[in-house]
Amino acid sequence: MDATDSTPDPAGEQVQAQAQAQEQATQAADAQPLLRLTNVGKNFGPVRVLMDINLDFPPGLVTAVVGDNGAGKSTLIKTISGIYQPDGGEIRWQGRQVHLHAPKDATDLGIATVYQDLALCDNLDIVANMFLGREETKFGQLDEIGMEKTAKQTLADLSVVTVRSVRQPVGSLSGGQRQAVAVARAVMRQAKLVILDEPTAALGVTQTRVVLDLIRRLKSQDIAVIVISHNLNDVQSVADRIAVLRLGRVVAVGPASQYDAESIVDLMTTGTSKRLAAVPAEQSGSSSEH
Amino acid sequence: MSTDVQEPPPDATANTEVSDELAAVAAPEVMANSLGEYVRIWFSRVRNGESGALPVILGLVVIVVYFQVRSSLFLSAGNLVNLIGQAAWIVTLGMAEVFVLLLGEIDLSIGFTSVIGATFTCWMLLPPHPVAWPLAVLVGLAVPAIFGGIQGVIITRLRLPSFVVTLAGQLLGTGLLLEVMQQAAPNGGGSIRLYNNVLLNIEGGSLSPIAGWIVMIVAVVLAGGLFLVRDTRRRASNLAAPPLSVTLLKIAAMVVAGVVVVLIGNTNRGVGLTVVNGVPWVVPLVLVVVVAWSFLLGRTRFGRYIYAIGGNAEASRRAGINLNRIRVLAFVLAGLTAGITGIIYTSYLGSVSTGVQGGQLVLLAVAAGVIGGTSLFGGRGKMLGAVLGGIIVAVIYNGLELLGLGAAPQYMWTAAVLLAAVTVDTLARRRSSTG
Repeated sequence: MDATDSTPDPAGEQVQAQAQAQEQATQAADAQPLLRLTNVGKNFGPVRVLMDINLDFPPGLVTAVVGDNGAGKSTLIKTISGIYQPDGGEIRWQGRQVHLHAPKDATDLGIATVYQDLALCDNLDIVANMFLGREETKFGQLDEIGMEKTAKQTLADLSVVTVRSVRQPVGSLSGGQRQAVAVARAVMRQAKLVILDEPTAALGVTQTRVVLDLIRRLKSQDIAVIVISHNLNDVQSVADRIAVLRLGRVVAVGPASQYDAESIVDLMTTGTSKRLAAVPAEQSGSSSEH
Repeated sequence: MSTDVQEPPPDATANTEVSDELAAVAAPEVMANSLGEYVRIWFSRVRNGESGALPVILGLVVIVVYFQVRSSLFLSAGNLVNLIGQAAWIVTLGMAEVFVLLLGEIDLSIGFTSVIGATFTCWMLLPPHPVAWPLAVLVGLAVPAIFGGIQGVIITRLRLPSFVVTLAGQLLGTGLLLEVMQQAAPNGGGSIRLYNNVLLNIEGGSLSPIAGWIVMIVAVVLAGGLFLVRDTRRRASNLAAPPLSVTLLKIAAMVVAGVVVVLIGNTNRGVGLTVVNGVPWVVPLVLVVVVAWSFLLGRTRFGRYIYAIGGNAEASRRAGINLNRIRVLAFVLAGLTAGITGIIYTSYLGSVSTGVQGGQLVLLAVAAGVIGGTSLFGGRGKMLGAVLGGIIVAVIYNGLELLGLGAAPQYMWTAAVLLAAVTVDTLARRRSSTG
């Protein structure tokens, strides 16, 4: 298929976009990443949950973190979002070393974590949820009009069009819409890195599509995105880079195009994949290469 | 074989009819484009238990008609003013309970703490050396507020269930009341009189008929103007605003309610040749409390956080809200409002006694809140609901008393209404959570 053909061809454009992203992804190691983890480790007592994690998260790219249960995905995310403190290694944010002692430290930097179910108050409307904890006030009164305008604008920027009114209670929204509200909240707060924890789990086909589109839109706003997911289909359709965790180690990291579903499963389960032998892995995450 | 997603155009949903499913949960104010649609959305909401005020008002009308049929005295000016006096303290205690009910908590102690506060007030106003009455009132409000605050700290710091802590608070309150009364009026036989005309006039005195009209008109004009200005500003900012007809209907309802109250108050209720008329002072007082607390809940961060914590405490914590501070403050405000109740109750009776049924008062307050649409599970409810719920409870008490039926049916009827309200609350919640 010729992507430069004059007739609009969405599939072709997508191929081209993927090619660009791949290029970006391979260059990413050279440019300064938004977030860089170097030799990060985490122990719970004698149990080593994370070991020598070396990962870069460049802006404008979607990095999928995949791994079997117990691989350390959640611990990694919680370390990045300030819930856990690493026992070793260093975290650099825009080239500067940072210590995240509490979730607030991460939020202040611009790291937003979106959890599927825990983040929204069903009884409050969309505007109230998006501004929860950071309400704007005028003379001590909530500035409802100002907040509603900002909320509408943010949702529009993310092309969330299925919500009829921003004054609907969040309890009346579908799973995908709730996810969209949670992501919009992060974007509205000038997040530079958005972490999505299993964003498509428990969503139907249409809703999943809504969320994946949303992730692409985040990317286009030059936001770095980390997606934790079990769903390899989703990962492959949206991720620019894939990092595979196994037993607390990064066993592979590189442009998404290097991996197919089978090689990812190989990596998740055994830590190696013969199918990848021909392709050299990216340097920054090669801690487990023997 | 394009795999791209066909996105709906941005305005595809904007002009379509509101679906029933959506209408069931959304606020009609922002969803409706016309009065007809407003009514339709509203009906869907009622079916789903998200009823708002109107079903409560309809229930009230049914009860009132029943009592009027049974006793022609019920709707007499004298009885209605008496009813206002009774309703006033049930309503304010109901509002006190709403603060904690919204968090999904409960405070069983406020029945007694309200009276303890009032006992201090009466004590300080005892002749021959009474203090200035505002000071006495301040102490009467501060004591229950502090009591509530201490309970709040215990509940949040030790993470104990509020039901148990405030049950202990109720028992402690019973004892404290006896103790304070013993100190205040050793020879009073367990009661102390209120010696202050200003405070006695809250329930006993009235505005002059002309002042009643002026206060009513000012209140309605202010409220109506506020509604219209708010709608206009929303439209000016290109945001959805309720249809003008709906706002006008609401204002009309306020006018009707105001006119009815003033007409009742201004009708001569004196016996024989003495003329007694005018709206009791307690009406504007309760109105001020309702407006202030509604503002606090609806238009400030603190109020927003109360609803947020009641809706999803974990989400609120993650949003950076200091849960403990808000919870303790809610218990303080519940105590403070209970203090207001204590003053009104004392003004109604003319004295405080240790024989007060504090445990029963607080259950009436919970009933008032829940009947008025406040959810026992937290996160849903309004101050205005407590007013309507409190009036229903008061009407049942007053009506059955008027029929000479005594205590037994009063308890049973209140029980039935409370049970019905809780059932509606629970079913509505279950329906909304299952789908």
